Amino acid sequence: MVQLTSAPVLALRGVSKRFGAVQALTDVHLEVHAGEVVALVGDNGAGKSTLVKTIAGVHPIDEGSIEWEGREVRINRPQDAQGLGVATVYQDLALCDNLDVVGNLFLGRELRRFGTLDEVAMEKRAKELLDTLSIRIPSVRIPIAALSGGQRQVVAIARALVGDPKIVILDEPTAALGVEQTAQVLDLVERLSERGLGVILISHNMADVKAVADTVAVLRLGRNNGAFDVASTTHEEIISAITGATENAVTRRQARIAEVAK
Amino acid sequence: MSTNKTEATAAPAVKEAPSQEPAATPAPAVDPRLLVREAGLAGYVADFKRKIKSGELGSVPVVLGLILIAAIFQSLTGNFLNADNLTNITLWIVGPGLIAVGIVFVLLLGEIDLSLGSVAGVSAAIAGVLSARQGVNEWLSILIALAAGVAIGALHGFFFAKIGVPAFVVTLAGLLAWSGLQQSVLGDKGTANVVNNGVIADLDHYFLGDGDIAITWIFAVAGIALFLAGQVLDSRRRSAAGLPARPMSEIGLRTGVLALIAIAAAYMLNQSRGLPLPLVIFLGIVIVTDFVLRRTSYGRQIFAVGGGIEAARRAGINVAWVRISVFMISAGMAALGGLFIMSQQGSADKALGSGNVLMNSIAAAVIGGTSLFGGRGKTWSALLGILVIQSIITGLDLVHVDQAIQYMITGAVLLAAVVLDSVSRRTQKSSGRG
Repeated sequence: MVQLTSAPVLALRGVSKRFGAVQALTDVHLEVHAGEVVALVGDNGAGKSTLVKTIAGVHPIDEGSIEWEGREVRINRPQDAQGLGVATVYQDLALCDNLDVVGNLFLGRELRRFGTLDEVAMEKRAKELLDTLSIRIPSVRIPIAALSGGQRQVVAIARALVGDPKIVILDEPTAALGVEQTAQVLDLVERLSERGLGVILISHNMADVKAVADTVAVLRLGRNNGAFDVASTTHEEIISAITGATENAVTRRQARIAEVAK
Repeated sequence: MSTNKTEATAAPAVKEAPSQEPAATPAPAVDPRLLVREAGLAGYVADFKRKIKSGELGSVPVVLGLILIAAIFQSLTGNFLNADNLTNITLWIVGPGLIAVGIVFVLLLGEIDLSLGSVAGVSAAIAGVLSARQGVNEWLSILIALAAGVAIGALHGFFFAKIGVPAFVVTLAGLLAWSGLQQSVLGDKGTANVVNNGVIADLDHYFLGDGDIAITWIFAVAGIALFLAGQVLDSRRRSAAGLPARPMSEIGLRTGVLALIAIAAAYMLNQSRGLPLPLVIFLGIVIVTDFVLRRTSYGRQIFAVGGGIEAARRAGINVAWVRISVFMISAGMAALGGLFIMSQQGSADKALGSGNVLMNSIAAAVIGGTSLFGGRGKTWSALLGILVIQSIITGLDLVHVDQAIQYMITGAVLLAAVVLDSVSRRTQKSSGRG
């Protein structure tokens, strides 16, 4: 399914990050290959968001190294990450409500013709992009404010693709979505990896992770706590890696329910 | 519509053939909830009705308001619609109208600039003192006055965007401070007269070709032709690219409406003194600023900052620069407007730009349909709004209504416009168009 022979597009080696007295990340390793969906899981405060922000250039790393297509790079600013080909879709989406879909997709990198906006070319490319991703939007000319939550999420993801990135980071893309919309976003994640993009998917939802991810990287208290191949790993194994023990609140609860059932 | 759909289905299917996904990706069908417009004129009318219902009022209330105002004052005085009076209105709207154009830019960011009246006063004072008292070349003094306006705007923008002081407070301080500067520039004498028959005097008194009616007609016909050509070219390019384009019937209707207004205006102006220079400058600036807002990256950035600062920042937009530059534009427009007001009253004095000049300009922008809440509006609203305000003021003057009553009526109109803005926003929210 995923060819692991080539060098990873992105590799973090021994990354550490401190905020004052808090050691947010300690010696973290992560590899993302082209066409691979890596789920990044962990409890609240495990360091998922911090890790993503180091890749996106929001927080420069303190120790360790980041390799991009086999060579070491420094990512100190968001522009560095964008320049390499890392696109990040944050949880709060950050779309302009008053602009239409085309305006949002091309915000900050408008197509121009004789120095003025080339609306025709932008609309055409927007339609092509949305069509290849099988994204269904009522019209590319309605303001974002008129779209549903799921539609905004797919527009935000499509927006990340306008710059032809190699790695897409999705921060809990399904957290606020209904059943149908979640399925649409998961379809979209699969289509991204089919196009040869590496995807880092942050999620708390194990069903989503098992549905689309190839590998699961677990973070616990700012450290790696196992990397699993999704196909050969059970739900329980991942959860015990997240919580750090085979004896935990989740297993106790399941045992209790099983007890009652008897 | 149907041919488009089949094309769209066919194309991805071919592309995805090599990928071994079992079920072919569903075709990007049109969302069933989408209101698809009928073709032709019927569709245009139906779409228009739907927009009104869902609160996208656009210019409709203000146009209706203008017709109502004209009808009332015409019936009261019998000479409101006479050519000389209407020509005077086109002269009087230019100064406050230019300030209103500046206000539109600031409102698009969701901010407010309270200093613009004082900035207009400072600009007039500088131009007046330099040209009349110091004997500086008039063009040079105009340039210096405008540059001073832009510099003042940059200062406001710096305190707002870089230091983080609310724009309301920065410009309120500016309102006081620049009014003080205006008085100290004018000195003990208090007024600086406009140089006779000079450039600044021409700003208000010059009629193109000294009232040659041919020039008015050339402008009107050229305007209509350019509009029609632009619409047809755009429509052609869109259909060539396979995008939905305006049908010819709709283009015809729009051009027809514009032609009606342009011809009526040209006929009316020619009944009096011909085409006034200030009106040409004002219309030119409205058209250019509208183009900048809708058709350039910079304009798109202004809308983006007004619609979502975080989104704008993440898109790599230099938010601070957009904010500073918008305050420079608004103060620059106010400086230019001040010169027109000065030309009209024949001198720059300590009262220029004070009183209700600022309030009328803000009211004009809002009445014209620019939202106080940021992210929605166009510079045309400055023109429409100031026409409403000036028509009311002129009409009330014609029926000899006391100044005190005039203030109250103008205030009520402003309140009505803001109420309309708030209500239409609410209706838009409830019909899913925030």
